[in-house]
Amino acid sequence: MPSFSSSRRKRSRFSPVTRQVLLYLFFLLPAALDIAQGMAGTLGPNPTSVCLHDFGRYAFRFLLASMVISPLKRFVSVDLMLYRRPLGLLAFTYAALHVFFYVVVARHLDTHILWQDFTTRPFLTFGVITFLILAALAATSTRRAIRALGRKWVPLHRLAYLAMLLATIHYTIAFKTWHVEPFLYGAVALFVLALRLVPKPPRRSVR
Amino acid sequence: MEAYRYPQPMASEITPRSYFLSRRTLIAGAAGSMLAVGHTDQTAQAAAGHAGGEAGWPAPEKPTPRNDVTQYNNFYEFGTDKSDPAELSGAFKPLPWSVQVDGMVDNPRIWPLEDLTRQFGQEERLYRMRCVEAWSMVIPWNGFPLAAMLKAAGPKIGARYVAFTSVFRPSEMPGQRGGLFALKWPYVEGLRLDEAMHPLTLLATGVYGEALPAQNGAPIRLVVPWKYGFKGIKSITRITVTDRQPPTSWNLMAPEEYGFYANVNPAVDHPRWSQGSEQVIGEGSLFRTARKPTQLFNGYAEQVADLYQGMDLRKDF
Repeated sequence: MPSFSSSRRKRSRFSPVTRQVLLYLFFLLPAALDIAQGMAGTLGPNPTSVCLHDFGRYAFRFLLASMVISPLKRFVSVDLMLYRRPLGLLAFTYAALHVFFYVVVARHLDTHILWQDFTTRPFLTFGVITFLILAALAATSTRRAIRALGRKWVPLHRLAYLAMLLATIHYTIAFKTWHVEPFLYGAVALFVLALRLVPKPPRRSVR
Repeated sequence: MEAYRYPQPMASEITPRSYFLSRRTLIAGAAGSMLAVGHTDQTAQAAAGHAGGEAGWPAPEKPTPRNDVTQYNNFYEFGTDKSDPAELSGAFKPLPWSVQVDGMVDNPRIWPLEDLTRQFGQEERLYRMRCVEAWSMVIPWNGFPLAAMLKAAGPKIGARYVAFTSVFRPSEMPGQRGGLFALKWPYVEGLRLDEAMHPLTLLATGVYGEALPAQNGAPIRLVVPWKYGFKGIKSITRITVTDRQPPTSWNLMAPEEYGFYANVNPAVDHPRWSQGSEQVIGEGSLFRTARKPTQLFNGYAEQVADLYQGMDLRKDF
């Protein structure tokens, strides 16, 4: 298969790790903008809720983005594998901000209210499990963890597919009525999942 | 008619007195600037209403800033985001307007809006507003009691309910053009006749001393402060007195989640979330929202609890 990355393209000025870090930092910008606007008072009457929901949506977007990297390589030979890890970490970062805004900012760490919420709001169950998966994946994304887990790493990180589906449910039933956006995100999630189920051609030795 | 006494929300519930006092100077300033653009009488009334604390009543709770009241709305006819009603209501031109009053009344008629305000006047009512989504505001409405209009219409013997219908103008209301995911249009609501006749029940034509902006339900809307906000149907075109319980929009959409009564009740949760407390819009900061416990009948229990005597509020939620 022809590969986009190595031979044909000029070598980047930056090392792979630097490029990963730059991508990660660049995409923290939406969070920084929201928080800056919130502090400046230009995010409307309920800035907390805007941040909460924006961060949740960004978490979902980055999760989906990280999940299309592999099919991009497999089906259209675009190799962005270098950026899969920072995209996954961005998904986790935004999910963590999302949870922080819910648990600390909106609910004041009040365990009574949080418990009440957790037992009366089914969509939270889906959200919590999604977050736990993303946290586990982020924690095992270091080189050392990959080495330590060995062959178990791949099946563990397939949980990302489950996270994608749970996030879809979480987002879809969080509203009073049906909204269009969750279905769009869900369609992408199902598409990525369907691609994953396309059988791989048997390996042939090329040489 | 004697002025109706109702509980003004207490400043002490959320607002330090010093804040409140300094705010009063702000209101004076705001009143001055509004006078300059010619809303003399209403603004004077508004100022008088705010100053209630000096007349020996409990000082009113701090009203939610005007900007928040007019920028954070649920009005699905314009869109489902809280900012949509303010942003997407530019095409809505409510005037001229009239309200048809019909059904089981002695004097069915079509009231031009000007006649309504001329005949029934306008008073200021500082009311709590509790949204079913567990957030709340304190809003200075201008309007007249629905009871005044109903008395003029003369409900017939046997009448038990009042049905309300909102406007249907898809060309001016983008939210009415979305099909699949939307509520059914036009929005409809209803009250029992005794609820409708209750002196707290208001037909509002203004907010903060000025005519209602489109996003708040221009030019005339219902305000029932002891019920969840969705009962307060906006942009009313028709009021029908009837002998059977009328359909209501959110109840049609999800009957197990939104009842006909929809009385504010911290003990009866929404199936998908708790109603025990509420976020106070306009208070708190980005990193710490303001929350307070929700009160039975939104704090108006003394005035309205007897309407529901003997009823199971869990069943008739």
